[in-house]
Amino acid sequence: MEGDVRMEIAFILNSSEVTVTVDGHRRLIDVLREQLGQTGTKEGCGEGECGSCTVIIDGRAVNSCLYPALEVEGKSVTTIEGLLGPKNELSIIQQAFVEQGAIQCGFCTPGMIMSAKALLDSNPNPSEEDIRDALLGNFCRCTGYVQIVEAVKEAAAQLKGKQ
Amino acid sequence: MTDFQYIGKKASRPDGPDKAAGKAHYIHDLQRPGMLYGKIKFSDHPHAWIKHIDTSKAERLAGVRAVITANNTPEIRIGFLRDNFALKKDKVRQYRDEIAAVAAIDPETAEEAVELIQVEYESLPGVFCPHEAMKEGSPLIHETDSQARPRTDNLVPLKFHHESGDLESGKRAAKFIAEGEFSTPMVQQCCMGTAGCIAEFDMNSNLTVWAKTQIPFLAQRDFNRALSDMGLPDKNTRIIVPTLGGAFGSGLDTHAYEYIAILLAYQTSSPVKIVYTRAEEFANLSPRQSSTTKIIQGCDQNGKLTFRHVEVLQDNGAYTSWGATYPSVMMIPATSLYRVSNVYFNARSVYTNNTYCQAMRGYGNPEHTWALESNMDELAKEAGIDPFEFRIMNRNEPDETTPMGLKVSTCGLKECLETVARKLDWKKKKNTKGKRSGKGMASLIHVGGGARIYRSDASGLTLKLDDFGNVNVFHGGVEMGQGLHSVLILAVAEALGVKPEKVLINPTDTGTCPWDVGTHASRGAFMACNTAILAANKLRSQIFELAEEVFPKEVEKNLKKFMKKNPGYKPPDFDVLKSAKRERFELCDGFIFIKDGPQESWLRMELGKLLRAIHFRSQGQMLTTEVFYDPPNELPDFERGFGNISATYAYGTQGAEVEVDTETGEVKILRMVAAHDVGKVLNSQGLKGQIYGALAQGVGYALYEKLQSQQGKILNPNFRDYKIPTVQEMNFPIDLEFIETNDSYGPFGAKGVAEPGLVPTAPAIANAIYDAVGVRIRDLPITPEKILAALKKSRTSKD
Repeated sequence: MEGDVRMEIAFILNSSEVTVTVDGHRRLIDVLREQLGQTGTKEGCGEGECGSCTVIIDGRAVNSCLYPALEVEGKSVTTIEGLLGPKNELSIIQQAFVEQGAIQCGFCTPGMIMSAKALLDSNPNPSEEDIRDALLGNFCRCTGYVQIVEAVKEAAAQLKGKQ
Repeated sequence: MTDFQYIGKKASRPDGPDKAAGKAHYIHDLQRPGMLYGKIKFSDHPHAWIKHIDTSKAERLAGVRAVITANNTPEIRIGFLRDNFALKKDKVRQYRDEIAAVAAIDPETAEEAVELIQVEYESLPGVFCPHEAMKEGSPLIHETDSQARPRTDNLVPLKFHHESGDLESGKRAAKFIAEGEFSTPMVQQCCMGTAGCIAEFDMNSNLTVWAKTQIPFLAQRDFNRALSDMGLPDKNTRIIVPTLGGAFGSGLDTHAYEYIAILLAYQTSSPVKIVYTRAEEFANLSPRQSSTTKIIQGCDQNGKLTFRHVEVLQDNGAYTSWGATYPSVMMIPATSLYRVSNVYFNARSVYTNNTYCQAMRGYGNPEHTWALESNMDELAKEAGIDPFEFRIMNRNEPDETTPMGLKVSTCGLKECLETVARKLDWKKKKNTKGKRSGKGMASLIHVGGGARIYRSDASGLTLKLDDFGNVNVFHGGVEMGQGLHSVLILAVAEALGVKPEKVLINPTDTGTCPWDVGTHASRGAFMACNTAILAANKLRSQIFELAEEVFPKEVEKNLKKFMKKNPGYKPPDFDVLKSAKRERFELCDGFIFIKDGPQESWLRMELGKLLRAIHFRSQGQMLTTEVFYDPPNELPDFERGFGNISATYAYGTQGAEVEVDTETGEVKILRMVAAHDVGKVLNSQGLKGQIYGALAQGVGYALYEKLQSQQGKILNPNFRDYKIPTVQEMNFPIDLEFIETNDSYGPFGAKGVAEPGLVPTAPAIANAIYDAVGVRIRDLPITPEKILAALKKSRTSKD
């Protein structure tokens, strides 16, 4: 866009340092999807309502469609691509979503999983209410949420068992 | 009952790991080399003549590759009645009418260019209410039909009518009568992944479209017709279906944006992608139609229904989609839910300047069941009979033929009703004064064995075996999240005799998959699995026939190896050569063996090994089989309302317990119970997901969702103002029970289940609200405001 500021930003993306030149008006989701090829993060509404674009920035679940790309300078960003293990295996939360039937069309799934991860990272013993609070900003049209809540409970139990 | 190895168990979906890893590729994620981005200029008026379109500024913008209007492209008529155009030339009839479109090097430039397009209009009076649109002298939406014949009114020229028995005698026989007018709003499918496509031509002018569609083969037909309109009469379209971010009926028609992408791709010789933003999706993608249903029912003094009279009016919006045929499904409950012998049903659809509507899950059935099951409670009250008992005494039974000519095979309605009553502690329901909680129930009938609303209701399937014992499946049905591929894998594994992990589903592609009419009407699993069983049986015959020659030779080699490893082993006295007969072979878990032979390991042969032996020899063979299955159902005569539209029918009952706050009018669902006659559970996990998810959409329909439209303009094109249920609204227990009636037409006994879960939800909740606070809301959604107004009115009338 004319007159737009272009700046080089450096941040940590899924444990690796990245440097990228971005237009000032770009949102984090644009930079992730279009410049860095990380298309696991989905845009469902572009207005911070549906949560499909949720990523974790410095431990907090954030809507990347509302987040100015310039502001991730120096921060640590985790996307769905960053959850796979060293052998590219699914993490416990991802595996729980698969096994509990928490996925249908799957468009909301990456965002849903990122919100669940942010919750379980900060609260290993969530109550059902905690889970529902954490997922409040993540919309799903397919599942009615029942198996999603079950998946997060299952993941919490498994993560606890591992400790 | 047959014991199944895989059918009926819990199975995770094959695409689950990719989706959980963010590696599934939706239309939003797909790129083609040299791809341009398309954007559409929509109308600024709901009804106007287009006087002039100025695209000169847009054309001059750097990065713009093409600007198209109806003036510089061939006319392409689209839609079920061909009353719509890809680009509008003379007139706009709704706000979302496509006037021009741009292809540019990036989405921002395309958007900027669209804003530079200037259109001069001559405004016309609009009509936005279907009742007004029917009046004489109302503004005419379409001056002519697609054949250029003049039109004189706004009625959509589709007739759906049914009369059976003797209505007058039914009325005379009625001791009690209940009458009501019920209405439903426009609601949006709200797929989390918005609509979009990529269109690309090769240098032979053949077209590939990556489409978010549920009807790849009808889309191929539609787009080939468009190619013909574009002067490319012998060219072909290949449709490839990427991962879909939901569909819920929104993919049952081809859409103007798809034709626009095709026109732009042709004009620019580049791939062109159009993806809707959420605001565009709300404003420009066709929602579920709004409807008004007048219903009168009567029963005799014993509570037996004596007649039913139904009149439906639908707001079609400006153009006609397949969704205008909703009454083809409405007449199923109208004539066939509960036994009633004297029935009148008539449905009309009328053009207005509102956004035109299309299919959504349930296809007219939620609308109709809303009216019917609310009115059943009203009639039960008139007759002084408990609503559950009233339903039980009028229930349908197996093997009956209904007034519409539906041939009911199995019917679990009684079990569904009883299950809900039991789980909801119906008998403990007391009409205590002052209580604010209540219980309600509602039932459904729906097509469960395909639905012939088109000349063919068929589906093809190819199974291709490879050298490794893999079974490659090619099927034209569409996985949109519902879990079709999960059950298809189980069906192939079960019927053929291989492990599910050896069954590989290929992407839906008209270039490689056999024809299928489309994934709609809850037919996906019913059709795919029936077709898979036929194909598997055919393939087993081929394998067993070829094994007669190959198996003994290979087994002999096996035995030699085995003897070498196990010196002293004495093989049983068994003549392999004589026993290797096609009728004596069995294939199970990927191993072929002789059914009644000794259970020795060397007498079992891995399928891949057998296939390689068949392949790599003189006159070798590879095994591929294709079947085409058209279910035993009839294309009804919709003007007479008669015909067995589906091979079998699904039934179900849902019950709700709610609490109503009489101060605020807010409804809290305490719990829901759902009992569904599913024929047979194919995949318990997937089935639960289908019912939970549909029920959540039913809750949205009941309490929250309405696309607000004022003078044709959508006022709430976002998730802030259009409320879908979140994890917080769905915070109540849902108790599911599946009634297995083992239908003889169903694959392994199963019926279609994708839509039934939302059909009775709204009336079940409304009946519970009535039970709680004694007010009957007849207009969806049931908002706190409506409840408060009704409570106020009932207090005033009591005073």
